[in-house]
Amino acid sequence: MRPKKAKKIVFKSAEEMPLMICSVGHQTHNLTGAWRNIRPEIDLGRCIKCGICWKFCPEPSIDVVDEWPVVDYDYCKGCGICAEECPSKCIVMVEERK
Amino acid sequence: MSQDAKNEKKFTMTLPADELMACGHLACQGCGATLAMRTMLKALGKKTALCIPACCWAVIDGPYPYSSLDVPIYHCAFETAASTATGVKAGLEMTGDTETTVVAWAGDGGTFDIGIQALSGAAERNDDIIYVCYDNEAYMNTGIQRSSATPYGAWTTTTPVKHFKTRPKKDIVAIMAAHRIPYIATASVSHPEDFFKKMKKAKDIKGTRFFHVYAPCPTGWKSRPEDTIKLARMAVQNGYFPLLEIENGEKTTLNLKLKDRKPVDDYMRLQGRFRHLKPDQIAAVQAEVDARWERLLKGCAA
Amino acid sequence: MKKVIMGNHALSYGAMLARAQVISAYPITPQTQVVELLSEMCADGKLEAQFIKVESEHSAMASCIGASVAGARTFTATSAQGLALMHEMLHWAGGGRHPVVMGNINRSMAPGWSIWTDQNDSLSQRDTGWMQFYCASNQEVVDTVIQAFKVAEALMIPAMVILDAFALSHTYEVVDVPDQALVDRYLPPFKPAIKLTTDDPRAFGGLTGAEHYMELRYRLEKDMERAPALIEETGREYGKLFGRDLGLVDPYLCDDADFIFVTSGTAGYTARVAVDELRAAGVKAGNLRLKVFRPFPFDRVREVLGQVKKAAVVDRNCSYGAGGIFYQEVKSAIYGRPGMPPLFGYIAGLGGRDITTESFKEIATDALAKDRPEEEIVWIGVKK
Repeated sequence: MRPKKAKKIVFKSAEEMPLMICSVGHQTHNLTGAWRNIRPEIDLGRCIKCGICWKFCPEPSIDVVDEWPVVDYDYCKGCGICAEECPSKCIVMVEERK
Repeated sequence: MSQDAKNEKKFTMTLPADELMACGHLACQGCGATLAMRTMLKALGKKTALCIPACCWAVIDGPYPYSSLDVPIYHCAFETAASTATGVKAGLEMTGDTETTVVAWAGDGGTFDIGIQALSGAAERNDDIIYVCYDNEAYMNTGIQRSSATPYGAWTTTTPVKHFKTRPKKDIVAIMAAHRIPYIATASVSHPEDFFKKMKKAKDIKGTRFFHVYAPCPTGWKSRPEDTIKLARMAVQNGYFPLLEIENGEKTTLNLKLKDRKPVDDYMRLQGRFRHLKPDQIAAVQAEVDARWERLLKGCAA
Repeated sequence: MKKVIMGNHALSYGAMLARAQVISAYPITPQTQVVELLSEMCADGKLEAQFIKVESEHSAMASCIGASVAGARTFTATSAQGLALMHEMLHWAGGGRHPVVMGNINRSMAPGWSIWTDQNDSLSQRDTGWMQFYCASNQEVVDTVIQAFKVAEALMIPAMVILDAFALSHTYEVVDVPDQALVDRYLPPFKPAIKLTTDDPRAFGGLTGAEHYMELRYRLEKDMERAPALIEETGREYGKLFGRDLGLVDPYLCDDADFIFVTSGTAGYTARVAVDELRAAGVKAGNLRLKVFRPFPFDRVREVLGQVKKAAVVDRNCSYGAGGIFYQEVKSAIYGRPGMPPLFGYIAGLGGRDITTESFKEIATDALAKDRPEEEIVWIGVKK
């Protein structure tokens, strides 16, 4: 698994770049949470741990911590699929606090 | 359930926990194509190499010098997903790696249109690759222009409302079946377990394997990002995008038999790209879906 | 071992001796014998390679690139329309730094349909980041394919080995086929520093912004600038093992010449005959055959031209609106340098029309009669 919040890569010269055009770093440097206008909030009291929010997250920015779903707000783009698909309706999308 | 009992309960995972796709990628909110990639990689695992032509995924993965995936990718020319994959497979085999699954991962434009020659060539030779077309029914990466996968009635930037697309979607699955390749499957992002299972099955088959994956695009379909799964599910349940497998171009299996198919109307009404259609035009789409469904049932029985 | 083989088979032998691992090709006249013999070699087990019988030249180059990035030594061959169809993929191989080696049989571009030789097909690919070697004998073809792999893989720049349709591709000559063990010593297996592998997953050729693109192309140019010296060095090394030096240019009687023809491809050997005849008639003539066009052999061209009084570049090609392509390039190579001769440009032999010794004598008569060129293009043998 890739490190989260990978480093941004800055080449100081052409010689530092690999000869072939290829990746040397992880796209996780890009914190896409900044794209978000609405954020999912999970009411764990009503969560049934069904895993649906996790399996349908396109980022994926729902981590499983101690067997509970936890949103990684560094990356969540706020698409709302998790809230829409949650069968127990325990996820609500709320206006992002800027 | 008491809170204590819930604390004890395991989190349900119907797919493996390992992720080969990391966050930070550049997909739009609610992107179906991204979910399709995530699910496929869970099935194929680390020993996978991808050839990705021009398509949304050429951007989603992230710009040079980064990547979002933990598998190697060759970003290839638009029309070369299949032929590049054939070359990668041959190159790996000749240098001692016979294990890696090589996947051509292309959008509908790269498959139905510009890449169909290379795809047909690879399929006729039965080259040992998996070809996945994630279908969002238009050239989304270039800004929503019509492709031959765009369905009847849809608005795109090159089929404006006054001249919406009047030709039906090309039947790519039938075209591939005519090549009599060992395995063809359709899949939908709304049914990841089904997609996962078929991808696992395909991994163990030799020869050309073709997947047609339904991947809604909120940006291009003018739908709400949160409706991506719902739309994909509706398309499966109303017979618009049936889930099936075809073995050796002959044996067709319908994975999800539907007793009461829902009308396509609800599905189309959730998408801005169909907003202009009048009831009789939607009825025409319904008639087409019904006819296709009947043909499919006959094909399965045969 | 000495063998009488056709030019096309010389390409096949070169690829076989280089132990190409993946070959992907599509048939086109006059290239077909190259891939027919390679198919047989693969089928017989003489060559341990996968031969992908693709459905187009575009796919041929795409699959060569795929195989190359996976670490395999790859070869293909084509001609004219096929090369033009590959054009996009040539940029991909050049820009992506994939050292594919390709044989190209120089054939005129349609319309009208022509299967006979001229150089507009390969010269139209000038700016794709490929090295271009123009051969004049079947021996040179075999030798150059082997050398091309060595140079291409050292620089990670693809290379095209080019021969004239029919005049060379279908002409049988005695060729000293190099010994496999010696070739293996000269050309070790391809082991790129970076390749596509699941052990070290990388994304190749992704979206590259303005902050990176130019540096990548700067490196390509810088490595291309290293190529002339490397071609000469590996050419000398080849000479030590096989008795034939391979250089950037092939001068014939240039040292004491007053007037030289500058040529490429098989026309160079015809020029030699004309040179001999002119010398017999009292004209101190010579011939400079350019073997390598990309990278352009600036130093060698300037050296030779700096010691003659007049030079005539004979082009079997035309950049419409600018004239002969070699003429333009040679002219720019000597521009503004002291002691350089007046340079005359001639176009001859398009569409497979023969360039004969008489053509060269006509050129000599024209150039020797004038102090300076009066026209940008002088057409030889055209019915005006």
